[in-house]
Amino acid sequence: MKEFLEGSHAIAEVIKSCKPGVISAYPITPQTHIVEDLAQMVSDGQLKSQFVNVESEHSAASVVLGGSATGVRVYTATSSQGLFYMQEVVFNIAGMRLPVVMTCANRAISAPINIWNDQQDSISLRDAGWFQVYAENNQEAVDFHLIGYRLAEDKRVMLPVMVCMDGFILTHGMEAVDMPEQEKVDKFLPRYNPLYKLDPAQPVSMGLLADPDYYMETRFAIQETMKESLGYLSDISREFNSVFGRDYKDLLVEEYQLKDAEKVIVAMGSVCGTIKEAVDEQRAKGKKVGLLRIITYRPFPYARVCEALKNAAKVAVLDKAVSLGAYAPIAVEVKAAFYGKKQGPKMISSFVAGLGGRDITLETVHEIFRRLSTKEVNSDFVDLKPELLKEEYGE
Amino acid sequence: MENSPLFKSGHTACAGCGQAIAARMVIEAAGANTIIANNTGCLEVFTTKYPETAWGVPWIHSLFENSAAVASGIEAALKYLGKKENINVIAQGGDGSTADIGLQALSGMLERGHDILYVCYDNEAYMNTGVQRSGLTPFDTNTTTSPSGSQSSGNIRPKKPMPEIALAHGIPYVATASAGLPQDIQRKVKKAISIKGPKYIQIHVPCPLGWRHETDQMLPVAKLAVDCGLYPLFEYENGVLTGQKKIVPKPVEEYLKAQGRFKHLLNNPEEIKKVQDIADNNIMKYNLKAQA
Ligand SMILES: Cc1ncc(C[n+]2csc(CCOP(=O)(O)OP(=O)(O)O)c2C)c(N)n1
Ligand SMILES: [Mg+2]
Repeated sequence: MKEFLEGSHAIAEVIKSCKPGVISAYPITPQTHIVEDLAQMVSDGQLKSQFVNVESEHSAASVVLGGSATGVRVYTATSSQGLFYMQEVVFNIAGMRLPVVMTCANRAISAPINIWNDQQDSISLRDAGWFQVYAENNQEAVDFHLIGYRLAEDKRVMLPVMVCMDGFILTHGMEAVDMPEQEKVDKFLPRYNPLYKLDPAQPVSMGLLADPDYYMETRFAIQETMKESLGYLSDISREFNSVFGRDYKDLLVEEYQLKDAEKVIVAMGSVCGTIKEAVDEQRAKGKKVGLLRIITYRPFPYARVCEALKNAAKVAVLDKAVSLGAYAPIAVEVKAAFYGKKQGPKMISSFVAGLGGRDITLETVHEIFRRLSTKEVNSDFVDLKPELLKEEYGE
Repeated sequence: MENSPLFKSGHTACAGCGQAIAARMVIEAAGANTIIANNTGCLEVFTTKYPETAWGVPWIHSLFENSAAVASGIEAALKYLGKKENINVIAQGGDGSTADIGLQALSGMLERGHDILYVCYDNEAYMNTGVQRSGLTPFDTNTTTSPSGSQSSGNIRPKKPMPEIALAHGIPYVATASAGLPQDIQRKVKKAISIKGPKYIQIHVPCPLGWRHETDQMLPVAKLAVDCGLYPLFEYENGVLTGQKKIVPKPVEEYLKAQGRFKHLLNNPEEIKKVQDIADNNIMKYNLKAQA
């Protein structure tokens, strides 16, 4: 049933339908509305979770780690500094193969402190062993949580999932969302039945010291699972479609107007809505442009990216994050995907936009298409204000 | 040492490790229906080197500073499953993980009222990384990061008052114990787990390597700490001091001279006096003196 909801509230509603046993919460903008709504649901008796108000994000992640290890479904959410503060626990959760699902309401990283959206936070934790899926709109954000639990708890997987949604743009945006009905959720997402858990009836030790004789295989195992999971994601999305009547292809990438496209933008998250509009405008004028949207950033769908872009002459990768002193994060992957390949774009340029909440407008997107006409560029910042740069250096 | 099904022998603790004995006392007192969350540190390392484990109860190690938070999640999950009534949850760690880096997580656990027993094994330094000072290192102790020298007689601050900090959270049970009195540890653990809510027990555990005493001196050194008043043993129930181990105080010098970490003090009566003052203060504060 379609409802007109704030993004955060829609997430709280879908989490309620997933019936997590333990929820941990710590405030940080723009994630906070989600856990506030969940707190109210628990307080009203609509949700039977244990709601733990922790004293920090480090503990927020540790509480869901402990809850998950005890065999129950768990949930938490965070943003930006909060995600960084829980970083070592984030890695730890994946290393322990615990199927935690967490929302990251994407926000810029301090300093300077800035509460607005970019994707630097989750992207900086790309190596943690978590799935990272990026929603374009709130419908996807809702659906990805359901799919996230299903994937995380799959016995072949047993890895955590981070559902990334752009802060404010999605979390605080009002959209019509088709909310999954409880019976369908129960059908799609059976009760979590852990492989192993902390239980006196069957004592196990978890989190052991692995010396050089043992450590490497544990990392290799995650790497292999990640690779195999690209396929599982396709299977699970097909099943999701059949239960909920949606139309997800494989949840790895979305191809928009790519068939005969000569110039293609690669991007991730809510900005793709704007890019689609810009593509439509240019197509109306007969320009052969398109969009490749990355949905799953970890594991990175290299093969799908190559397949989708093999006939594009020029590719512009748009990052809402930087790797200071190096190529931008998504650009690195796209370039790597084509390394050594015979067929592929002649040019892969990389653009950085929208940092710290700077608006990415239709004009920004057109500007990127324009800059794609000339020579290849790397980490080319779009929409900079030259007057501010002058002030900074006192020219 | 004979084998115990809950804490099996064959672990890799150093000879004379006070923490190994104390940890065994704790889990044997708590019993098989217990889940443990353990901080990084000596205890974690010497009991669970893959593929072996010394633990006969469900046990989890996540990180250095988060056992209190992991245990909070375990307790919450057990409540959700309706199993909390029958299962004890223990969070434990060394002094560094408890009083320094894990203090925030511990404070959160205590303040939230979880039904968890927190056990701090206090060997008075970061031992697993090579004897660096922690917030629970005593005054004038020589450690690798508070070395004595011409300008310093070791650690410049007294121990952080962790039991008082725990107490200030208004929790129902706080106690100190010593590896030198194993039965007392067990009695206190049993009492603690019989009480609902957050509990804190801090156990003094000699470390022959870090304290520099002979490995067969673990028990006598632990007892001396209690008997001179430097490690007062007490219990607080609902904020009220309900018991203390009475002593006929021995001079602190006896305790100090038994350990290499205080060797630099031995010809320094002025410094010894300062340490004696700390003991005297404890003796007064906790009313430790036995009636003649
Ligand atoms: C965040 C973090 N910082 C530092 C360390 C390194 N470290 C591991 S164990 C340890 C010392 C533990 O000291 P303590 O808690 O007193 O336990 P002990 O080994 O003395 O029993 C340190 C510093 C770590 N593992 N994680
Ligand atoms: Mg220590």
